[in-house]
Amino acid sequence: MRIMAQVCMVMNLDKCIGCHTCSVTCKQTWTNRPGTEYVYFNNVETKPGLGYPARYEDQEQWKGGWRLDRKGRLTLKSGSRARRLLSIFYNPNLPTIEDYHEPFSYDYAHLITAPAGTNAPSVSMRSALTGREMNPTWGANWEDDLAGAPARALDDPNIVAMQEKVKLDFESVFMFYLPRICEHCLNPSCVASCPSGAMYKREEDGIVLVDQDGCRGWRFCVSGCPYKKVYFNHRTGKAEKCTLCFPRIEAGLPTICSESCVGRLRYLGLVLYDADRVLSAAATPDSTDLYEAQLGVFLDPADPEVVAEAERQGIPHDWLVAARRSPAYALIARHRVALPLHPEYRTLPMVWYVPPLSPVTDVTAAAGYDESDPDAVFAAIDALRIPVEYLANLFTAGKVGPVRDALRRLAMVRAVMRAHQLGQHPAVEPADVGLSDDDADDLFRLLAIARYEDRYVVPPAHAENAGRLLAQHDLSGCSLETEGGPGMGGDGPSGYDAGVFHLTRRDADEPAVTGRDQRGRLHLRVDGGPA
Amino acid sequence: MSDVTGFQLLWWVILPYLALATFVIGHVWRYRYDQFGWTSRSTQLQEKRLLKWGGPIFHYGTFAAIAGHVIGILIPARWTAALGIPETAYRWFSAGAGTLAAVLIIVGVGVLAGRRLFVARVRATTSPVDWVALVLLAVVIVMGIAETVGVGLLGHGYDYRQSVSLWFRGLFAGHPDVHAIAHAPFLYQLHATAAWAVIAVWPFSRLVHAWSAPVWYLWRPFVVYRSRVAARPNEPGTSGRRWRKIGVHY
Repeated sequence: MRIMAQVCMVMNLDKCIGCHTCSVTCKQTWTNRPGTEYVYFNNVETKPGLGYPARYEDQEQWKGGWRLDRKGRLTLKSGSRARRLLSIFYNPNLPTIEDYHEPFSYDYAHLITAPAGTNAPSVSMRSALTGREMNPTWGANWEDDLAGAPARALDDPNIVAMQEKVKLDFESVFMFYLPRICEHCLNPSCVASCPSGAMYKREEDGIVLVDQDGCRGWRFCVSGCPYKKVYFNHRTGKAEKCTLCFPRIEAGLPTICSESCVGRLRYLGLVLYDADRVLSAAATPDSTDLYEAQLGVFLDPADPEVVAEAERQGIPHDWLVAARRSPAYALIARHRVALPLHPEYRTLPMVWYVPPLSPVTDVTAAAGYDESDPDAVFAAIDALRIPVEYLANLFTAGKVGPVRDALRRLAMVRAVMRAHQLGQHPAVEPADVGLSDDDADDLFRLLAIARYEDRYVVPPAHAENAGRLLAQHDLSGCSLETEGGPGMGGDGPSGYDAGVFHLTRRDADEPAVTGRDQRGRLHLRVDGGPA
Repeated sequence: MSDVTGFQLLWWVILPYLALATFVIGHVWRYRYDQFGWTSRSTQLQEKRLLKWGGPIFHYGTFAAIAGHVIGILIPARWTAALGIPETAYRWFSAGAGTLAAVLIIVGVGVLAGRRLFVARVRATTSPVDWVALVLLAVVIVMGIAETVGVGLLGHGYDYRQSVSLWFRGLFAGHPDVHAIAHAPFLYQLHATAAWAVIAVWPFSRLVHAWSAPVWYLWRPFVVYRSRVAARPNEPGTSGRRWRKIGVHY
C-alpha cells in the first residue's frame, strides 16, 4: 500500500445557477494573456449541450483517455507510443481553433479615430490570430441556457447514447449547468501522452501541471485529455492547463473558482488513496464498474491503520487531520452523493459532482406529482428514465443505480429537513436510503449550511520538506556552489519558492511510488529526467 | 594552399567556422537561457487541412535527405569503394533515392510554404528570425534539388564526393580543402553557403525543435510524478528573463 494524498474538488450541481463567475475570475487570474484568449481553465456548460470544445465528450472522434486492448491491458485510446511519435508532424486527433472559437477583440480605437459623422461609431470584431475582421460562429458559452438547443443539443454525445424518441421531450424541461475544470486525474492520460515528459502529477497533492520549460509543443496532451482541459497557447507554442490554483492551495486557500463561487457549490478537501490500486482500478473490465472501482482506490482517513501507515510513509500529521475533515471525502465516499465525470475515460478523475436533483423535481411537478411529497419524488426518480439515464451517461458510464441512489439521498435530506422545519413527522427516514441519522445531519450541514472553513479544508503545503530535498539535491549539484565558492548557492534573493518543482532525485533506500503494473512501466517515478 | 585567395579563405574557412561556433555556442546559450522559447511552434491549432499533408511529407522527406547527406558527404568515397560499391552504382543510387527524397521535400515544402505565406493565421505566427531561417532553408532545398535532379539524374552528374565532401569533412578534421570547394560548380557553392548560413541561424530559430525529438518517450513510464524541491535563484544577470516573454508580439 502506497498512500498518497490528493486535493479533490466536489461541485454540487443543484446550486449552480450558470453565472460564469468562476470562469471570469479564473480567466482574470490565469488566462488573460495573448495566446490564451480562447483558453478556459474553468468553463460552465449548459447540459444538454455540445460543451467546449464542441462534442469533446465523443472519444470515438477525439480519441482521448484510455481504453483496454484486446488482452485487457490499459493503453491510450490514441494508440501506441510509436504511433503517436510517427504522427508527431500532424496529430490526427487535435481540435482546431474552430472547435473552440477564434479568439477576438474589438478595434476600440475606432471609437476615437472615426471621422465625424451623424451616426455614433461602432466597434467591430478583430481576430486575435490575424488582426482581421471576423464573425463568431461558436464559443465557450455559445449554448448558454439551451440557446440553439433545438438545432444542436441533440448532438450532445450523452444524448446520442440514448434513444431517439425521448430526446425532444426532455430537452424542453430538463436542463442544468456543468462547471468544469481539469480533473487532476489519478491516472492522467495527458501526462501519459506527453512525449517530452513535461507534464507531471505532483506527489504531494496530486495536482497535474505542465512544465513550461520542458514543454516542446508536441500537443499530444491536448488530444490525450478526454475532457479537453489542456490547451495550446498559440502565442508561446506551449500547452497550458488548470493549475488548481496551486499557489493558493499551497497557502491553504481554496482555488479562485471556489473562492468566488456565488452559489457556494464547490468543496475542496483531501482524499487519501492507495497508488498501488490505481492501475488495476483503471483497468476494470466493465466500464460501468469504474465508479465503484475508483471508490475502492480511496482510503478511509478515519481508519487507524490507514492513519498509522500514512504517517509511517511521511504524510504530515496536519494533512491527515485535514483528510479526516475533508468534505470531498465525505460527499464522495461516506455519503456517496458525489459522482465522477465520465469514469469511462479510465483516467480516475478527481473532480466529482453531486448530481442535480432540482431538474428531477421540476419534472416531477410537471408530471403532476407533488414535489414536496418525498414518495412522489422517489417514484419520479425511479420512473423518469430520461434525466436519470442522461445523468448516468455523464457520471457513471451509463449505470443508473448510483445516480438513482444519490438522487434519493438528496431527496431524503430535503424531505427530512422540510418535515423538521414544519414540525411534521418525515415521510422518509435516512435509513430508507442507507444512511444513519447522523449521516443525514452531516449531509444536510455539508450541502446546505457549510461555512467557508467547512467547504474548503485545504492544509498548507509543507515547504520545509522542499528544503530537505534541496539539501540532497545539492550533493550532486554544481561544484561552484560550495561554501565560499563563486556559485549561486544559498537562499537566493527571494528565498525558497515552494511553487517550483523539479524532477525527484531518489534515495536508493526509498521505495518507488508504485512499481506494479501489467507491463512493468506504468506509474514509475522518474529518476532524473530528460536532458 | 598558396593559390588560395583571401576571399576564398574567408568564405570557405573563416565564415563556416564562425557559423559552426555560433551553432554550438548559440545552442548552449539558448538551452540555458531560453527553455521557455524552445518549442516546435506548431500551428496545427490554426490550420490543419494543409498541415495534414505538408507536415509529414516534408519531415519524412527531410529525414531521407539527411540520411543521403550522411552517405554522400560524411562517408568518404574510398569507404564505399572498399565495400565493393562501384562509383556508377553509387551515383545511380544517389540520383534515384535522392530524387525520391527531393520529390517528397518539394511537395512538402510547397504545401508548407504556401500555408505559411498565404494562410493569414499561420503567417502571423512567424517571427523575423524564423523568416530568415525558413528562407535560407528554402534556398538550400531548391539548390539541393537542382543538384540531385538537374545534375545527378538528368544532367551529366558531378562527383561532389571528390570536392564538396572533402572540404566539408576537412572542416571537422581541421584542414578544409578550400581548393576543392572553390572550384566546384556555382550550384554546389551556393548550396554549401546557404547551408552554413542555416547552421548559424539554427540555434536562434524554431529549428531547435529538431534536437528535442522525444525518442525517450518510447521507454518512459506513462505517468510522471514530480516532487517538490526548493527553487533556485535566477541565472545571474538575467533577472529571470526569457528569450521571448509571454505577451510580447512575435
